[in-house]
Amino acid sequence: MISATDLRLTFGKGTPLENPALRGMSLTVNQGEFVTVIGSNGAGKSTFLNALAGEVLVDSGQIIVDNLDVTKLPTHKRAGRVARVFQDPLAGTCEGLSIEENLALAIKRGQRRGLTSAVKRQYMEQFTDSLSSLNLGLEKRLGDKMGLLSGGQRQAVSLLMASLTPSSILLLDEHTAALDPKTAAFVLELTTKIIEEQKLTALMVTHSMKQALEVGSRTVMLHQGQVVFDIEGKDREGLEVKDLLGLFEKQRGLEVDDDSLLLG
Amino acid sequence: MLSNIALYGAIETGLIYGLVAFGIYLSFRVLDFPDLTVDGSFPLGAAVAAVLIIDGWNPWLATGCAVMAGMAAGAVTALLNVKLNILNLLASILTMIALYSVNLRIMGRPNVALLTEETVLTPWYDLDLAFHQVPVLLFIIVVFVALILLWRFMKSETGLAMRATGANARMARAQGIATGAMIVLGVAVSNGLVGLAGALFAQSQGAADVTMGVGVIVIGLASLIGGEAVVTPSSVVRALIACVVGAIMYRLAIAFALNADFLGLQAQDLNLITAVLVTLAIVLPGVRSSIAAKLSRNKA
Repeated sequence: MISATDLRLTFGKGTPLENPALRGMSLTVNQGEFVTVIGSNGAGKSTFLNALAGEVLVDSGQIIVDNLDVTKLPTHKRAGRVARVFQDPLAGTCEGLSIEENLALAIKRGQRRGLTSAVKRQYMEQFTDSLSSLNLGLEKRLGDKMGLLSGGQRQAVSLLMASLTPSSILLLDEHTAALDPKTAAFVLELTTKIIEEQKLTALMVTHSMKQALEVGSRTVMLHQGQVVFDIEGKDREGLEVKDLLGLFEKQRGLEVDDDSLLLG
Repeated sequence: MLSNIALYGAIETGLIYGLVAFGIYLSFRVLDFPDLTVDGSFPLGAAVAAVLIIDGWNPWLATGCAVMAGMAAGAVTALLNVKLNILNLLASILTMIALYSVNLRIMGRPNVALLTEETVLTPWYDLDLAFHQVPVLLFIIVVFVALILLWRFMKSETGLAMRATGANARMARAQGIATGAMIVLGVAVSNGLVGLAGALFAQSQGAADVTMGVGVIVIGLASLIGGEAVVTPSSVVRALIACVVGAIMYRLAIAFALNADFLGLQAQDLNLITAVLVTLAIVLPGVRSSIAAKLSRNKA
């Protein structure tokens, strides 16, 4: 279970560019939930994810991941509990390393690394099995450099890497946004498949309201660094983008002026 | 033409600079950390080894201490960068400058002669080899052992974590890698290798001198870049071999330039030749590929 309580974070405090990104953000995600997070630009989606991952530390508030207070822990000390897929397909993998080396890095996520050989024979079966589930033929290219793969293939491998070892939560940061529509659909389908099969707890930030309603079990909308609404179960079934917009306006008395939320 | 002695001499120093190139490969290539500490850690290794040998220490033990001293210097640079957020290049310059004073303090004077002392080379002169062949044999063994150890390390879990740190720090952190610790370890090992090179250089040349580090970074980079132009570094082991090949090539090129009477070059022209060779090594691969591109365009 992940619980974030009253997170506050201001960038550039005391400067003319002062920007309060999180203003009392609270959210609890239960074991096995798949939450989709939407919000316009500057709503604090990415900051929230970065705060959960440890890339930024919050000014105040508390983050608890499976009974451990991680609020003050740096990224690498949380990595055993928090798995992550980035928006940029190039960010989640090392292009200079081979596919098997990238997977070998991921299989030790959050564990001690010693001086024994990194790519061990005993991993090979798991590597080929999980790669062949992608149906991209990558299981025959274990020794190839990651840089030879396309953006979509790399994002698919990033997703595998994030799910290679168990985690308390999987963070997906608009991980299909940088891909072409067909590849994005493939990666999204793969995402839901992996999350269902492994019964993962996941938090997916997306720019598309449509996508946010299509996948997952719960949808949260952020606005100005806070949760403005949170729907799940029966309330969420059959909901459409225009209903979401209506909800948003009713809650806040605001007009949604961000076109990108309506499109896509 | 080169005399036999000049040829072996060039290979001997080439092998020593191969160790320097290993260190520079680790910092510049693996960690993407431009580290100039080496100009200070090379004479540091020489000074530590020389002073301890004169003090009657076992030369291998003294050389081991030189490695440790180099590692400590590298760790200081990395900590300035990681803990105090000083720009990596600047952090290394600060350590390098500080080491000049440290080296003078260690030796107590600008240079220490080792000509009459027992060094790591002494027992090897009992072998049935010519005087100028002995250091080459010993240094081939040292470089080979260092290459194998480095190669195994790069393939280990920790080594892979270090490569990921240099290539994609954000991803490395997300995989639970303490990137700061990796930078400290990597820059320390890098300067440990350079300290080893300095210690061996002092013992083979018969003296440690506080100015012997000037330009080591340039020579090491020249070796690295030159080697990469000849041996494509498509894998770790090829990259390491490129370091040694590049360093020996570089010393041979220098020896030829100084020995070619028709060029009229003298020993004091060494740094000028170095700069010209480094420039060529950096520019030529680009020129070659642009010529190749032009040729293929013309064909098409």
